[in-house]
Amino acid sequence: MSVHRPTSIAAALDALAAAPEALVLAGGTDVMVGVNEGHRRPTDVVTLTGVEELRRTRVERVDGHDVLVVGAGVTYTALAAPDVAGRVPALAIAARTVGSPQIRNAGTIGGNLGTASPAGDTLPVLHALDARVEIVGPTGSRVLPVREFVTGPKRTALAPGELIAAVHIPVLRGPQDYLKVGVRNAMVIAVASVALVVDLDRRELAVGLGAVGPVPLNAPDACRWLAHRLHWDDDAVRLTDPGDAARFGTLVAEASRPIDDHRGRAEYRRHAVGVLAARALRRATS
Amino acid sequence: MTVVSRRSTRTEPTAGGRVGDSAIRPDGVPKVRGEFAFAGDLWAEGMLWGATLRSPHASAIVRHVDIGPALAIPGVRAVLTATDLVGRNRYGLEHRDQPVFVEDVVRYSGEPMAAIAADHPDTARRARDAIVVDYEVTPPLTDPEVAIDAPAIHPDGNLFRQLVVRRGDPSTRGPVVVEGTYEIGMQDQAFMGPEAGLAIPADDGGVDLIVSTQWLHNDRDQVAEVLGLPPDKVRLTLGGVGGAFGAREDVSLHIHSCLLALHTGRPVKTVYSRRESFLGHVHRHPARIWMRHSAEPDGTIVSFETRIVLDGGAYRSSSFHVTANAACFAAGPYRVPNALVEAYGVRTNNPPCGAMRGFGAVQVAFAHEAQMDRLADACGVDRVELRLHNALASGDELLTGQRIEGSLPVAEVIRACMALPEPPPAVDDVLARPGGAGNTTDASSVRREVGFAVGFKNLMYAEGYDDDSVARCRLEDGVATITCAAAEVGQGFVTVAQQFARTILGVDDVFVDPADTSIGSAGSTSASRQTMVSGGAVEAACRAVAARVLEYVAETHGIDPEALTLTDGRIQSADGRVDAVIASVAPGIVFEAEEEFHHRVTHPLDADGQGDAHVSFACAAHRAVVDVDPELGLVRVVHIATAQDVGRVLNPLQCLGQIEGGIAQGVGLATMEELLVDEGRILNPSFTDYLIPTALDAPTVAAAYIEEPEPGAPFGAKGVGEPPTISSTPAVVAAIRAATGRPLTRVPVRPDDVAGLT
Amino acid sequence: MSEQVVNEQYVLQVNGEAREVHDAWVGESLLYVLRERLGLPAAKGGCEQGECGSCSVLVDGALVCACLVLAAAVTDTEIVTLEGLQPDERGALSIVQQAFVEEGAVQCGFCTPGLVMAVEDLLARDAAPEDLTVREAVSGNLCRCTGYGRVLAAIDRAVGATKEAAR
Repeated sequence: MSVHRPTSIAAALDALAAAPEALVLAGGTDVMVGVNEGHRRPTDVVTLTGVEELRRTRVERVDGHDVLVVGAGVTYTALAAPDVAGRVPALAIAARTVGSPQIRNAGTIGGNLGTASPAGDTLPVLHALDARVEIVGPTGSRVLPVREFVTGPKRTALAPGELIAAVHIPVLRGPQDYLKVGVRNAMVIAVASVALVVDLDRRELAVGLGAVGPVPLNAPDACRWLAHRLHWDDDAVRLTDPGDAARFGTLVAEASRPIDDHRGRAEYRRHAVGVLAARALRRATS
Repeated sequence: MTVVSRRSTRTEPTAGGRVGDSAIRPDGVPKVRGEFAFAGDLWAEGMLWGATLRSPHASAIVRHVDIGPALAIPGVRAVLTATDLVGRNRYGLEHRDQPVFVEDVVRYSGEPMAAIAADHPDTARRARDAIVVDYEVTPPLTDPEVAIDAPAIHPDGNLFRQLVVRRGDPSTRGPVVVEGTYEIGMQDQAFMGPEAGLAIPADDGGVDLIVSTQWLHNDRDQVAEVLGLPPDKVRLTLGGVGGAFGAREDVSLHIHSCLLALHTGRPVKTVYSRRESFLGHVHRHPARIWMRHSAEPDGTIVSFETRIVLDGGAYRSSSFHVTANAACFAAGPYRVPNALVEAYGVRTNNPPCGAMRGFGAVQVAFAHEAQMDRLADACGVDRVELRLHNALASGDELLTGQRIEGSLPVAEVIRACMALPEPPPAVDDVLARPGGAGNTTDASSVRREVGFAVGFKNLMYAEGYDDDSVARCRLEDGVATITCAAAEVGQGFVTVAQQFARTILGVDDVFVDPADTSIGSAGSTSASRQTMVSGGAVEAACRAVAARVLEYVAETHGIDPEALTLTDGRIQSADGRVDAVIASVAPGIVFEAEEEFHHRVTHPLDADGQGDAHVSFACAAHRAVVDVDPELGLVRVVHIATAQDVGRVLNPLQCLGQIEGGIAQGVGLATMEELLVDEGRILNPSFTDYLIPTALDAPTVAAAYIEEPEPGAPFGAKGVGEPPTISSTPAVVAAIRAATGRPLTRVPVRPDDVAGLT
Repeated sequence: MSEQVVNEQYVLQVNGEAREVHDAWVGESLLYVLRERLGLPAAKGGCEQGECGSCSVLVDGALVCACLVLAAAVTDTEIVTLEGLQPDERGALSIVQQAFVEEGAVQCGFCTPGLVMAVEDLLARDAAPEDLTVREAVSGNLCRCTGYGRVLAAIDRAVGATKEAAR
């Protein structure tokens, strides 16, 4: 039988070691498209849906701060649930924009990371939050910042025999949002997307940009510029100059590196990212 | 007499049901239970799976095809190419200009090179990928303007049709002049059920093919010619069809599957993937249209000039007729005293184009309605008033000089449409706004505007084509059976056929036989023609059976059949001696009739495009309420009000379903649907990137029906499928123009265009 | 790799029954296995990419696209297809199915099984959903014939009929 159905991470790693060419399958929403089209013809399969550990979400306390540890096998539907939505709202919002109920019930955050599409919906959120990807392999586990994990369009730092175990996401206090442009009102691959997260404690903010570069991008200069101009309270942040939203948008747009492709032109994507950033900021500061 | 009826959204369904009832469709229960057999659901003992190798190149010379590596794969039972054909290697909807398999010249990306049969569909695909073809790639001819005068890429030349329509004095010009150039991108029919069929070799050396199609007999003829078989040895049965919209008028897998079945001696099932479906059927003609209108200051149209170029792609399909339709209906449903139309249907190395719901009228409507808005603005006249002022009516002449003898209530559809209430303000929910699930748009970023458009086209085929259909009615003990080869593709012909039989015969139980080639041709399910032509045949057959029943009863009672009436199933004589029920009046006796229906004669167009070329017409008006996010260029079509000229509502629920479905396709063309073609290759042959409206994109529809019966049509009814696709697109774009001030001369509009970045 | 290996053997729990699969290729989707090996053709193949929803089934109670599920990987799940969800008796319809037929929500019918699955799933979780909730819930089910008007009306009808039945 060429389908391995491990029920633990350790067993999954053993299966991978035994069958290095195996198709690794979680929700299958990206991988199975390739199989159906004949681009991938599996002989061995390792399915991770039986690994309970990968489906768990827990909160850890690290250096006095909460970190949400989301198992790689957590589906988009589960990401939209209160235990995630209450702690990392942008992730829940992003999960809700993905595909359809059918896709959300099957697709996983680990899959989104593993596929590493420049338009992947959770990725701008993870980049904005400086999340870390926990990888397990035959030689043990390691943790990489998501910026180092996603290395190029559909390329990651995952080595042969390794699996994504979880994503460690800082839990911040403050408003968060995710906005994504597509031509249609549902079921779209992002033409441009923006995640915005506000840290009321550190009095900082960050953005993650999707579909406007080979990998998700941040806009640290724009965020630093803005942070100084905002009025920070304990429980809220406000614009001191309403014009700053548009200026912020322009700076964010300048940080993007979009290309032309059949889904959108670079000029439009740059423009859209600026608009989305401005809107996200207005929402966060209203 | 004209009747305007406004529909509420709830119409009580009727089991059984006569003409005018919302009769439930006979295949509804099997379909909701998943028990209805689509062509792709079929299975046969020992069956093989078919696959097709298609050229990736749009233009190439084939040096060599090596099928050896494919044949070497275990489980592969046949690999066929052009060299395996004994009959003619040519097929085509009207004109056999297309090779079954490429011999030496590739003319479009996706053109079939070979067909494979194997034990497992994945084996067939691997065999397909193993075939080695030595292509000498040549530069494709992709610009239809250039193609008109370029060296021919096909022995028949590059011009499918050049049609001129000249009316009055085209040099006459009124003081107000507006002109513009408009572009329509390549829309696809994108039916949900991909091409599928099962070919079974028969003991008599023939073949049986169960296939999803729009026209069984035309397919049968093409298959028989290529196989070198007499028509009666090629038997087609309609497999359940998952939508058509014009894309199944042409043959797709039919000939390949039959060839494989006869070659292997085994049944061969072929089901296209979605990607292959996009490559394997014709698309709507992309168009470039220049128009110039002139008018009096009060808005009366004085002259109309247009130059229309339709890109027909590599092979003819129905381009000849699409070109004619575009030309004949180019000005829209308005009186035009002076006109010059030049229409070209051109061959290029782009993907072949052919029939799609609306057939040439869709493209010109986008242009003429944009022009009408500009003309109204230039004259300082209200946009709706301008249209009313110039509206065609029965008794008026078309561009082609034809006098409208039947009904065409243009002014009525305009008024009825405008009388429908506007929708309430948007719900305050990001999902309801442009961008929808993408969470992009706040209420303050939305502008709501309204756009209006009117359109019309012909029903039936034209230019002298002697169209016909055959139907049989059989009545025994109160149970009627209708046999007709009309392809049911979802539009509800089978329901209407039952309703006709119930109404005419007064029985409740009506069966509709599966459609196949054992009965004569019913023609194509297209051109909004089945209701008239096959419906006409069904009506005639039922009336003939009714007459025979009355003759029988009359003879039994020794009276004159003229003395008997049949009303709602009750047979009575004036003197009361006879009072019987049709279901029980002749136990065990079978009454049967087969009738052929022809519509009235039409004529070709002359050198000036003048002639009595069309059978009848239908018009519709659309008013679109659209929410626009001008900054991001995103759009939500909230509500479409429509009034449509339907002749007679045969089935309110089905009529509304056709209207809502057609409107969705019009919304799709306006806002999101385009096959992107680069150097002849389709860039987006998938549902990931060829976007059609989802439930979150669909507008709410309010419909009013104008019932002005069409003479010569059964129950006065007109086909209703196409008008909803014609003026819905320009109405939506007009609203987006109002919200943004952008000219938007191309559909589908893109966010770039709407946001003003282009 | 010129030969396709077809020696997969496994058991799927489908509609409450253990169904054996023999001599299968490991790469077959659940959609393929249901339709071509297990005689359950209600789920339809419209796009093989999870974009159209015509293949919607329930796996462990979750609505998913069967075309994106590897059949051999779901042997430890409960799979429910339309054949298993609807009443057994010939011609009998669930409330949702009845509503679809009565409201004219069925034209060609290709999207219908998947849509019915999605609607049954929605109404099982939310007995009286708002219009936008309904639209979003079926946004993964493409329909080309109806424009969704009669579909939404059918769902409305089903909600009302369910309330009536509960009384």
